[in-house]
Amino acid sequence: MLAGIAIFLAVLAAIFFIAGRANGKKQRPIAILVFLGPALVLLLFGLLGPAIRTFVLSFKGSASHTWVGFKNYQWLFTDESMRIVLRNTVFWILFTPIITTGLGLLLAILLDRMRRESVAKSLIFMPMAISFVGASIIWKFVYQYANPNQPQIGLMSSIARHLGFGPTNWLLQQPLNTFLLMIIFVWSQTGFAMVILSAAIKAVPADIMEASALDGAHGWKLFRGVTFPMVRSTFIVVLATMVVATLKLFDIVQASTGGNFGTSVLANEMYSEVFVRYDAGRGSAMAIVLFLLVVPVLVYNIYNLRRERSIA
Amino acid sequence: MSLLTRNKAPKLADHNAGRKLFGSRGATITVWIIAIFWTIPTLGLFATSFRPKEEISANGWWNFFIHPHLTLANYSAIFSSGTTSGISNGIMPYVINSFVITIPAVIFPITIATMAAYCLAWVKFRGSDALFYGIFALQIVPIQVALVPLLNLFTGGVHIGTVTVVPALHIAGTFVGIWLPHTMFALPLAIYLLHNFISSLPRDLMEAANVDGASHFTVFRRIVLPLSVPAIAAFTIFQFLWVWNDLLVALTFTGGTEGINPLNAKLRGLAGTWGSHWELLTSSAFVMIVVPLIVFFSLQRYFVRGLLAGSVK
Repeated sequence: MLAGIAIFLAVLAAIFFIAGRANGKKQRPIAILVFLGPALVLLLFGLLGPAIRTFVLSFKGSASHTWVGFKNYQWLFTDESMRIVLRNTVFWILFTPIITTGLGLLLAILLDRMRRESVAKSLIFMPMAISFVGASIIWKFVYQYANPNQPQIGLMSSIARHLGFGPTNWLLQQPLNTFLLMIIFVWSQTGFAMVILSAAIKAVPADIMEASALDGAHGWKLFRGVTFPMVRSTFIVVLATMVVATLKLFDIVQASTGGNFGTSVLANEMYSEVFVRYDAGRGSAMAIVLFLLVVPVLVYNIYNLRRERSIA
Repeated sequence: MSLLTRNKAPKLADHNAGRKLFGSRGATITVWIIAIFWTIPTLGLFATSFRPKEEISANGWWNFFIHPHLTLANYSAIFSSGTTSGISNGIMPYVINSFVITIPAVIFPITIATMAAYCLAWVKFRGSDALFYGIFALQIVPIQVALVPLLNLFTGGVHIGTVTVVPALHIAGTFVGIWLPHTMFALPLAIYLLHNFISSLPRDLMEAANVDGASHFTVFRRIVLPLSVPAIAAFTIFQFLWVWNDLLVALTFTGGTEGINPLNAKLRGLAGTWGSHWELLTSSAFVMIVVPLIVFFSLQRYFVRGLLAGSVK
């Protein structure tokens, strides 16, 4: 690692030294080449080129030798095994972004009503720093199940038994297991939604709130009439961010079930298709579908962010 | 971008007036109930990692608080080269791998992005704005779309027909082969954020330096770099957590080379092979999450700024 960093910095210093000595007319083009060149080469070979190549591969067979037209896409949307993957992906998009963002908004409003918020806020925000793999291990332990004649060491199984219904092997129950995986995502990301929405609520000018209060608005009415409209654009940005994160979701599924027991989603299936079943064609088609799903949301989001920031 | 450049200080005077959505006490109690509920799973992992192996399987971790028996045996098991853990040298090599992967994968993209951002912002040339928007637009490409061809590039090079454009790089399964994709994937966002910051530096300062005959390299080193520290710091934290917690790039580009797996990717496998060895799994997971948690608790303010900055990624 140290050698890598040292080489990188040494090369950089040498180029700076040599290029810095150039003067006169040559200085500008050399500067542009040195400053911009590395980034452009990396982007060309790391993102732009590969993205185009993936698009091409999605019309080819498993080993990329033959053209198959739209067969990979057709398979993706019609095959029996893909139906459950697409169903799960739709479930994820329908439930997780709105639950995460809604819960984040609720917490942000509650936090606004508190005199001191720091510790509780940190505790809810903390899972955000934990990787999805770590989060999956934490929750697998919560869902841990043992045979009925043995002690239940998983929190959920233990509670279930105390409540009088027999614990089961939660992660094997379809479609319950998909929702259990969603809990991991919600647990991890709610703090993010909360922090951003909390900042937005705090930025609502105090005089607007006061004026509305004097006009007799309070409680739900105040929220619906004043607070929410003021933070609506932030809410939508967070919601869209969650939609994108949900679409790209891979780690939670990989680490908790490996995509088995009917829990796979598009991004996970894409990985399996390429690196387990070695079908680059189908995998590429999935990546392109993922891309097409993400693009409108991200474009909308970036547009919103830019507009918001140009106002702010 | 305002989130990086300015700290909006909301008027806090009489801030709570008129906010009667919920009673203040009710709000406090609700938030604390949620906060405790949110912490219990992590607490369970933490407590379990310090319990003796026999007790972990005998009863739930909450019994730890009734009969606390502390032990560090689980931690010595995962770090020892013995056979208890089933991995020959314990998890230490993977902890080191995580650092070896993460540190350069943070330094490289930030350096390259800062240079590019400066050039696009202050060394204007024909098409520089179009180029900036092109890079900006690349943010929408999901990593998944680039994985397969990039891996092919590393193992087989790029050929058009029979012409070799790029020879096989043979870096798949090496650290370079992981640093490079992380650097590539980080660039669009990094350039975008740093460009926003650097382009807002005072014009007078740049012009004065140019009048004094300073070259672009001098301006970059003496003026741009020192002034960009806040933006660089925010992005450093974001990128550090991103790489440390990454699974997809690690799994793809370490290939079958077990020896260079970062801890996160290794744990994904161990979660399966260790199955119900919760004494090993909880302690290893805790080792992994403690690093970002330290970053989180010590640099929370910058962490939030970094997150806000990276929220589009």
